[in-house]
Amino acid sequence: MEKEFPIKQIIDGNGNLIDSTFGSEITEELLKELYTKMLRARTLDRKSANLQRQGRIGTYAPFEGQEAAQVGSASALEKGDWMFPTYRDHAATLTFGHSLSTILLYWKGRVEGCVPPEGKNIFPPAVPIATQLPHATGAALAEKRKGSDRVSIAYFGDGATSEGDFHEGLNFASVFKAPVVFFNQNNGYAISVPIEKQMNSKTIAQKSVSYDIDGVRVDGNDVFAVYFETKKAIEKARKGEGPTLIEAVTWRYGAHTTADDPTKYRDQELSAEKRKLTDPLLRIERYMEKQGVWEEGWKAQVQKQCEEEIEKAVVEMEAYPEADVNDIFDHVFEEPTWTIKQQKEAFLSMKRGETV
Amino acid sequence: MKTMADVKTNKLTLVQAVTDGLRTMMKEHDDVLVLGEDVGKNGGVFRATDGLVDEFGEDRIVDTPLAEAGIIGTSIGLAINGFRPVAEMQFLGFIYPAYEQIMTHASRIRTRTMSRFNVPMVIRAPYGAGIRAPEIHSDSVEALFTHMPGIKVVVPSNPYDAKGLLIASIEDPDPVLFMEPMRSYRSIKSDVPEEKYTVELGKGAKVTEGDDVTVIAWGNMVAVAQKAVEKIEKEQGVSCELLDLRTLYPLDKDIIAESVMKTGRAVIVHEAPSTGGVGNDVLSIINDNAFLYLRAPVEKVAGFDTPIPFFSLEEDYLPTPDRVLKSIENVVTF
Ligand SMILES: Cc1ncc(C[n+]2csc(CCOP(=O)(O)OP(=O)(O)O)c2C)c(N)n1
Repeated sequence: MEKEFPIKQIIDGNGNLIDSTFGSEITEELLKELYTKMLRARTLDRKSANLQRQGRIGTYAPFEGQEAAQVGSASALEKGDWMFPTYRDHAATLTFGHSLSTILLYWKGRVEGCVPPEGKNIFPPAVPIATQLPHATGAALAEKRKGSDRVSIAYFGDGATSEGDFHEGLNFASVFKAPVVFFNQNNGYAISVPIEKQMNSKTIAQKSVSYDIDGVRVDGNDVFAVYFETKKAIEKARKGEGPTLIEAVTWRYGAHTTADDPTKYRDQELSAEKRKLTDPLLRIERYMEKQGVWEEGWKAQVQKQCEEEIEKAVVEMEAYPEADVNDIFDHVFEEPTWTIKQQKEAFLSMKRGETV
Repeated sequence: MKTMADVKTNKLTLVQAVTDGLRTMMKEHDDVLVLGEDVGKNGGVFRATDGLVDEFGEDRIVDTPLAEAGIIGTSIGLAINGFRPVAEMQFLGFIYPAYEQIMTHASRIRTRTMSRFNVPMVIRAPYGAGIRAPEIHSDSVEALFTHMPGIKVVVPSNPYDAKGLLIASIEDPDPVLFMEPMRSYRSIKSDVPEEKYTVELGKGAKVTEGDDVTVIAWGNMVAVAQKAVEKIEKEQGVSCELLDLRTLYPLDKDIIAESVMKTGRAVIVHEAPSTGGVGNDVLSIINDNAFLYLRAPVEKVAGFDTPIPFFSLEEDYLPTPDRVLKSIENVVTF
């Protein structure tokens, strides 16, 4: 099956262009745009891990290594499309329109971190594994019924493919020809469980066969392979030609979350070694060097810009008005039930120090 | 006869006592095995199975694919065919995909086969708010399971009970949901016998003896209630009898009834939402058995009928010693 689903690459680990199909589309502008988005995401990721260590936010799920998979795929979407991310897909949501401070608020234990800007169809991060796949199918079906050409994209990890919801989401999409792209980031591990223990199949892409939908495998660290393959899948969906399952083969360099210790189950030196050939940012740097469009000065400038932007977002997150206890009660129903009203009144009067 | 002095004990946390209980049973019985996500090399995300894979091997400490319905369904198959699986749910809030397997199969195979088959399995699940976990991780939905005919529900609140109740649960011939209070996982250490012992299922415990009010709690809320009880005893001389129910299905009717008949007052504390919570079943036991002894309406201190909020607000959601104290005052001064 690995032969039937070869890993598509456009630029290899050393920065060589090995597939020129999209040659003319890889403009300097696109290069710089995708690189900047990835650098911005990485800077946010590292900052967040630091903030967690300093106790300024709660547990955090880092994605370093997965920038190309997330940025490349999200860049292929258009305004009005739907995104269904997990707790690890901040590079994707950032690319598609979440603000930096919203993402930080999420990890500060604030429900405000789930709320996308007006007009952006970004669903709150899925915390239970694989539950967002059927939602993506449903939202895509709604667009189809409304006669629009909007599509959905659902993000999920390798572990998620074991859950029933993965299979149900794909099957419904297949039966109803829903315009949805199932975007898998195969980062090798589901917490401590390596892919070989998660599934006996050699690829995730091959799971498309049983639903008779298209399946592709791409190098998830090659931002161009991801971008162009996702674009193809999206265009196909827009034309009413059904769903696609994309497997982006990538790697998470660090821990599952800041509460996890990867040295218990994986050789971190090997992981660091792997970075030399897989790092999605290094790859673009090497490519740009070969093309003669790389300037250290430019990178330093972009890096500085990203840091300033993130510092600003941190200030915004920390200056955010304190969480409001009313929010516990006010968003359960449009009209609160008597139980909630009563519980709210009793609680608030106790907070005010009145006797109940 | 052995005296307590002959019993070798170790100072353990609640989560270590769980590991100890698993180890004790796995050593003694080859048919006991552990299944779950990350339970092997990683030793579980809370380290509840730490070191067990080195001791018992991957055939008995099984890292499963990420699929709760699969874990429970497979465990049911193992259980009806000669094994005693202990399935770990990473968090109680992730048990929902397995709900169907538990509700429609684990809990009623004995009924459906007139006891030809039974399901001697234990489902372990950390639960409860107050550890600043991300959303969904903090649910305490015990009532979904006490409402499910055919499964017992057990919640220890201290290391000694954790080991004894877990062993009793594994020995039980029917399915048991064993809920582990995350917030208490490492907050207390106490003496736990090295040897095998059991704490009987279906029996509550008196944490403190008292005359004026019965305070009824379980799991994480025992420590919260205890703070309130100590404070009001010291400051106002109100004498409280604190009960730790330990098993939520079946409830220990006798300990509740006897205590409330003695004190004439009761306060029930749980962190799960108020509506449909186990507190209502406790109320009904009081009503049926001690109604004529009551000197004040029973008070309930519970979570709200809302999803457990994100951690920036979870301390507002959770019952606090102050809220419990207020309710004790209310019943005493009624
Ligand atoms: C239904 C459910 N079960 C268990 C968990 C606990 N959990 C959180 S992340 C995770 C591993 C997910 O792995 P994968 O799908 O590969 O995504 P990754 O985190 O690697 O991006 C687990 C088991 C959960 N969130 N939801």
